[in-house]
Amino acid sequence: MVETPRAKSVMLRVPGWPGHLPGQHVDVRLTADDGYQAQRSYSIASPPAGPGEGSDHIVLTIERIDDGEVSPFLTDELRAGDQIELRGPIGGYFTWTGAAGRPLQLLAGGSGIVPLMAMLRTRARAAAPSPARLLYSSRTWATTIYRDELAQLAASDRSLSVVHALTRATPPEWTGQSRRVDAPMLRALAFPPDQAPELFVCGPTPFVESVATLLVDWGHAAPAIKTERFGPTGGPPQEESDGPNG
Amino acid sequence: MATRGFTGKRRGDSPAGRVPPGQYVTDDFPVLSAGPTPRTSLDRWSFSLLAPDGGELLRRSWSELLALPASEVVVDIHCVTKWSKLGTRWKGVSFDALMDAAGVEVPAPYVMAMCDGGYTTNLPVADLRSGKGMIAYQYDGAPLAPEHGGPARLLVPHLYFWKSAKWVRALRFMASDEPGFWEANGYHIYGDPWKEQRYDGD
Repeated sequence: MVETPRAKSVMLRVPGWPGHLPGQHVDVRLTADDGYQAQRSYSIASPPAGPGEGSDHIVLTIERIDDGEVSPFLTDELRAGDQIELRGPIGGYFTWTGAAGRPLQLLAGGSGIVPLMAMLRTRARAAAPSPARLLYSSRTWATTIYRDELAQLAASDRSLSVVHALTRATPPEWTGQSRRVDAPMLRALAFPPDQAPELFVCGPTPFVESVATLLVDWGHAAPAIKTERFGPTGGPPQEESDGPNG
Repeated sequence: MATRGFTGKRRGDSPAGRVPPGQYVTDDFPVLSAGPTPRTSLDRWSFSLLAPDGGELLRRSWSELLALPASEVVVDIHCVTKWSKLGTRWKGVSFDALMDAAGVEVPAPYVMAMCDGGYTTNLPVADLRSGKGMIAYQYDGAPLAPEHGGPARLLVPHLYFWKSAKWVRALRFMASDEPGFWEANGYHIYGDPWKEQRYDGD
């Protein structure tokens, strides 16, 4: 399904899928007729199956990189019934289980929202989860992925707050943030260090570098800050890179 | 098994025999790290070689490291996340030169690289000797940037680049091959890109 003009979610049936943790990814491998292969990694957007649910489907949300090799195939060419090779789930570091019972602070830049959405979708099934906050930076409202679902999650769960920061253009009557994430914005909106949150930062490298540094400077312990940086395999097209904050 | 409708684009930029399986060539230099970039001031920085019991075999301050015999290499590097970068230029102190400076025999067959921020990775000593590994402090003729591992990182280009540990502060010799950070998080214990040893069990 189309999420935004540049992002599409794809549901894959994977017989024998062993289950996964939110935050993990899969490696997708495509093979041309002459044997040429290309592989890329994509975060899993869907939560793990709940008890009693069939668990052989996963959803990937793919942002189309214009001169990319794999993403345009997945967003433009892939049709229902096609078969692709994938491997996973992969990743034991950038995962969240909620077991620690600590507040959850999520910071997303662009398509970095995908693994964090898997975390929020998982959390939505918990009976009494710890409080969570998402600060989600995108260029425009039109390119903000999952915006309706995020609004619904926040509206139905008082322990979840979602704030969007748009960096290029805002719609009329915008009540969110309208600049890049900076120190005052974090202090106003994110859990402070003395609440010992688990922090997950995901997005293009300049976003992650900037936000992670701001969090450390604020006083969050470096080991509490988990990061996933999307390079050219998953970030926005190079020509649109806005560069680091400040 | 061919994927219906996939033709691929990048055929021209992979010189035959130079790019390991599953990799693509990039001109960029992506940054992938577990956690924030550590920043240690040079006047508090040091590098050590440690015996298995933690005893210091060698310790050098920043200026002392720069005074050791340096090597320059031009190598291809291969990240487990599929990108490869060809012809990268580095300057640093080889493992061989560090062992000469320490003036001791290698005490055990493996090392654990220990880094600011807590990152670790394990390697056989055999993969560091004979010019295969160095402590690199310059990339492309300039001081190594923090997000790429500066002030100094381990450089072991024949293995996947997570083994080229950023922000390295010590190599601790070990009697057996213990998994470091990524190795304990699902990645391969050795990491040979030519055998596509990306994940545990490959």
